[in-house]
Amino acid sequence: MPTALILGATSDMAIAISRKFASHKYNIQLAARKTESLQALQSDLQIRYGVECSLHEFDALKYQSHASFFAQLDPIPDVTICVFGYLGEANKARTDWQEAARIIQTNYVGGVSALDRVADIYSQKKQGTIVGISSVAGERGRQSNYHYGSAKAGFTAYLSGLRNRLYHEGVHVVTVQPGFVYTRMTENLQLPKLLTGQPADVANTVYNAVLNKKNVVYVKWFWRWIMLIIRSIPEFMFKKLKM
Amino acid sequence: MKKQIANWGNYPMMESDEKSFAFDEQLKEVIRKEGSLIPRGNGRCYGDASLADVTVSTLKYDKILSFNTSDGILECQSGITLDQVLEVIVPKGWFLPVTPGTKFITVGGAIASDVHGKNHHVDGCFSHHVLEMDILLGNGETLRCSPSFNTDLFEATCGGMGLTGVITRVRFSLKKIETSYIRQKQVKAENLDEVLRLFEEYKHYTYSVAWIDCLKKGKDFGRSILILGEHATVSDLDESKKKDPLKLPKKKQITFPFNLPWWILNTFTVKAFNFLYYHKNTKKEINNVVSYEPFFYPLDAILHWNRGYGSKGFIQYQFVLPLEARNGLVEIMKRISDAGLGSFLAVLKVFGKQDSLISFPKEGYTLALDFPVRKGLMEFLDELDQIVLKYGGRLYMSKDARMKPGVLQAGYPRLQQFKNIIHKYNPDNKLRSIQSDRLLLTEN
Repeated sequence: MPTALILGATSDMAIAISRKFASHKYNIQLAARKTESLQALQSDLQIRYGVECSLHEFDALKYQSHASFFAQLDPIPDVTICVFGYLGEANKARTDWQEAARIIQTNYVGGVSALDRVADIYSQKKQGTIVGISSVAGERGRQSNYHYGSAKAGFTAYLSGLRNRLYHEGVHVVTVQPGFVYTRMTENLQLPKLLTGQPADVANTVYNAVLNKKNVVYVKWFWRWIMLIIRSIPEFMFKKLKM
Repeated sequence: MKKQIANWGNYPMMESDEKSFAFDEQLKEVIRKEGSLIPRGNGRCYGDASLADVTVSTLKYDKILSFNTSDGILECQSGITLDQVLEVIVPKGWFLPVTPGTKFITVGGAIASDVHGKNHHVDGCFSHHVLEMDILLGNGETLRCSPSFNTDLFEATCGGMGLTGVITRVRFSLKKIETSYIRQKQVKAENLDEVLRLFEEYKHYTYSVAWIDCLKKGKDFGRSILILGEHATVSDLDESKKKDPLKLPKKKQITFPFNLPWWILNTFTVKAFNFLYYHKNTKKEINNVVSYEPFFYPLDAILHWNRGYGSKGFIQYQFVLPLEARNGLVEIMKRISDAGLGSFLAVLKVFGKQDSLISFPKEGYTLALDFPVRKGLMEFLDELDQIVLKYGGRLYMSKDARMKPGVLQAGYPRLQQFKNIIHKYNPDNKLRSIQSDRLLLTEN
């Protein structure tokens, strides 16, 4: 049976993704800062889907620990899915460097640090799939959350470059661009119902993208076109908008 | 996030700030930060029991913690729905000990409403099969309770509409099955006397319920179809089914796409429907083997069937009358038939003995029927309440959206004891719903 590693396994999206892969008979490795709280999900995956599931301590911000984290994984996962992220408070980040730094470090630096390690392993093995959950917020900086958006923009560009490099090594990289998704992270936001997906939609998109070796996928097809429009607004107009 | 929510009856509808949690610490944080709130599962109670300004959804708290396939004991978090439980247990040869007419309810909701099923006269309520559970109280403390430990908390939580605390972890026992099929018998009854006689005649059947036509008058008054069932054994199955006796039914679902205009349901259309439903069984008796889905969950095949009652919603009225109050049943059915307020088929069942603190069932006849919300309905139901009380009956809180506090008081002899226990575990009314306020279970 293949194995999938979920980095940042406590989010709603991560839970949905782990269930989706387990339902397709992947053994699951769940990684998060506190593994204790993941015990319930571990038993759930084992009982519901009859797969193996192991728990691993992982902190996206402890960059030094990432090499040893991947070294102790047994087996080396066939698919590594980087789900962790931090939305933060946009207004606070404007004046509070701690908050701004945490947003940038979690969404960008942590992702780069972790995926660089697994990229090395996969390129030596000449196989493997890496999935990065980025965000449509990274496609254009907007006043409402440009710290988060710029970190995700960096992450998207990183995944693109990584895909380019690893293609030649037989390793596939998927960039996932969710739009609005109903999760605990967005619980306090008013989201437009028609445009907002469920964590299960993200999970289905991720699974199908891995299966069909897609490069850049959007959760809910129309987001590709919405972002095309948003990207094509000239800057002199865009700066006047309140987005 | 603030949103408009309603339970299955679509009445009442209100704006609520809905919080969610997937982990224990997240729930504790919600309880600590918010003022008063009520836990909410899949919103399949009919009325206002799980409505409040702040609700905490248990749906993401849905993990299976252990499943002993030799003893049939399942341990899970409270937000898992029965349909998810069935998918796991049926292929291993186990079934829910008690199930209501929909599988789209959570385990926590099944306990908070203490649901009953077609086997009540044999197996009792859902709570009879709960071995132990954990309750997170309003003060942030988690207490374990069972029929023999913290008994008062256990009793007041079963059927207690979420007012003791948030049910978090549940351990309950399952029923052993050989196959996922039901050996079904349907018997047509020409009138109320006959169906009640048939209930008696077939009381050894594990599952029994009757669909009854409440609009017929004269000699056909109370004509019904009695539906009986037993879990099929492998020898009951034909050769093709024997290959995979514990097969899960295929998911076939259609969605009711929009709210029907209110005037579609009128005496004429309901009579026509009831006529067709009764006469679709051309024989007096039908015996067949069916999958558990159509037997237990006929309406689950139509997602959002509640839209059939229009945007104003409906009230499902369910009462129980003691066995000796057969005249009360006749009187109430006559009132409904005369009022012509239009209900689809009603469901009649005979409950077995039960004497719980606050759970709805007790020995007698229970009738459940739907009334679309329209002018004059509430006054009419108030009148029915008085007849129910006159004959020593009571109403089901999970279906209720409108009863007056005195009706609850008169129907539940141990209500004061229930209130005292709520007061002990929920002294600051941290857990409260618009129903508990209306029924004066939580003090202002």
